[in-house]
Amino acid sequence: MRTGGILSAEKAVEALIRLSAFSAILGLFLIFVFIGKEALPVLTSPEARKEAGLSKLFLPQEGPRPYSWQPVSEIPKYSILPLFMGTLKVTLVAILFAIPLALGAALFTSEFAPDWTKELLKPIIELLAGIPSVVLGFFALMVMASCVQDAFGIIYRLNAVNAGIALGLAVIPIVYTMADDALTAVPKSYREASIAMGASAWQTASKVVFPAALPGILAACVLGFGRAIGETMIVLMASGNAPVMTWALQKPVRSLSATVAAELGEVVVGSPHYHVLFLIGTLLFVFTFALNLFAHWFVRRLQRKILGAA
Amino acid sequence: MMGRFFIALSALCCAVIVAMTAFVLGDIAYFGWEKLTLSFLLAAPEQGMAAGGIFPAIFGTFFLVLIMTVAVIPLGVMTAVYLNEYAPKHSRLVQWVRLAIANLSGVPAIVFGLFGLGFFIDFVGKGMDAAFFGSRLVFGQPAILWAALTLALLTLPTVVVATEEALRAIPDSHREVAYSLGATRLQMVRRVVLPQAIGGILTGGILAVSRGAGEVAPILFTGAAYFLPYLPKKLNDQFMELGYHIYVMATQSPDVEATKPILYSTVFVLLALTFVLNFTAIWVRSRIRRRLRLAK
Repeated sequence: MRTGGILSAEKAVEALIRLSAFSAILGLFLIFVFIGKEALPVLTSPEARKEAGLSKLFLPQEGPRPYSWQPVSEIPKYSILPLFMGTLKVTLVAILFAIPLALGAALFTSEFAPDWTKELLKPIIELLAGIPSVVLGFFALMVMASCVQDAFGIIYRLNAVNAGIALGLAVIPIVYTMADDALTAVPKSYREASIAMGASAWQTASKVVFPAALPGILAACVLGFGRAIGETMIVLMASGNAPVMTWALQKPVRSLSATVAAELGEVVVGSPHYHVLFLIGTLLFVFTFALNLFAHWFVRRLQRKILGAA
Repeated sequence: MMGRFFIALSALCCAVIVAMTAFVLGDIAYFGWEKLTLSFLLAAPEQGMAAGGIFPAIFGTFFLVLIMTVAVIPLGVMTAVYLNEYAPKHSRLVQWVRLAIANLSGVPAIVFGLFGLGFFIDFVGKGMDAAFFGSRLVFGQPAILWAALTLALLTLPTVVVATEEALRAIPDSHREVAYSLGATRLQMVRRVVLPQAIGGILTGGILAVSRGAGEVAPILFTGAAYFLPYLPKKLNDQFMELGYHIYVMATQSPDVEATKPILYSTVFVLLALTFVLNFTAIWVRSRIRRRLRLAK
């Protein structure tokens, strides 16, 4: 009788363990469903479509400014292209700034540097990774903005360059860590063979090790890109938040994520504006999800390549 | 010759990263330390944040991550136990779960904020109000519970990954001995695996707390408030939080120069909190990794 009780308790706990394994899958599923559900009226509800249908969101409108995001004006305008452009501009600056630095540093510590340099750099990178994004945003707003303004001679204190560099600081640790993992995963025999053939340290690193680790390095870049697209607080605080339709990097910008963060707090629940903000959230979710799958696929390729070679 | 140049260039990349990190941290440490006093930590804000302290924000942050930890640790540990101890190795399901965890960690923080609003507040909270409170507004509004649960989902991958690493460090021989003595799988997990994995669970928990304490985007709409005259006591209270406090002071202060010293000190406190947690986690993890190397 008693053992029966214990056994069924054990069964219950094991069932719980099995169930919790689905928590991550369930979490992703719920995120998609509950954000998508609030975004759906943009496609289905006649009322929301009249004010903010897909054509209003993506196509040029009549008037002096064909693309404008002015959701709280008398005639609300919901063109999200300036926001797309803002995200793209800031992300590009961040990527161009962060990826060369992170890859260079990873190459240095994994191929050329003595061990003590690596032991020194790793904790510093972890420090950088541990800085909350609101702190980076604060720093970009209060300190860096003036430096960037002076250095590039820009009129506006908050602009795409400033936000992009601050965002780059958040991207560097991600790219560095993954690229370093990919480079160190290349078997030692590769390097030995190359050196034995008379190649120099740089030739070995650039012609043998780097190509072998390429899928992992691409995955690192893709994940860095994903982080940059979705990052909110840095861009919200450091970019100036003006939704303008221009490629000029010295102008203030407004990103998709910052728009959601800035406007959702004051929006009327159930209004077209509310649904459009959820649509932006859905788009961010879908982008980053796709990028993650992509990165995962690269890593799988790297693993197969190295396992196949070893 | 060319090679030398490129090696030097890669070394320069390292130097630039180190210099920038030092610039950020040095600036915050220098200006943040100046005005930091015990009374600043223990007093409430005054005169629209231009004077006084940040105690309510510190209290709110601790309360928030406490609830988050209570939610995320059991879920994360059970997921890791399933992946490492129960599931057949390399099964389809394990691959799916791992992929989901990797993807979950890549979801932008602001999306979690939207999810917290759409799911926890509007669906679960409003549903609870309708079912138990006669549609009186109790849980269907921004609250510390909903913010904490949103953060719990955000930090789930951190806990799973850290716990799994610790589980893998335990030699299989320990499990085999337990089975040979007639232990069931759950007994083996409880008496052999979990006690040895406590370090990894701790690491995951600390890293999750450090991450959760610093995230602002997920709590913007799920319960954080700029100023409250009282401390949160119940699960459905709103709360003040360090990161949110920094955001509002930095962007919406009517007098930037007056709040600047307070702002710097607040950033210093948040950063110090995050780093103490991170270094503890790194230290615990390095001990686990050493054991992993010895076990092999």
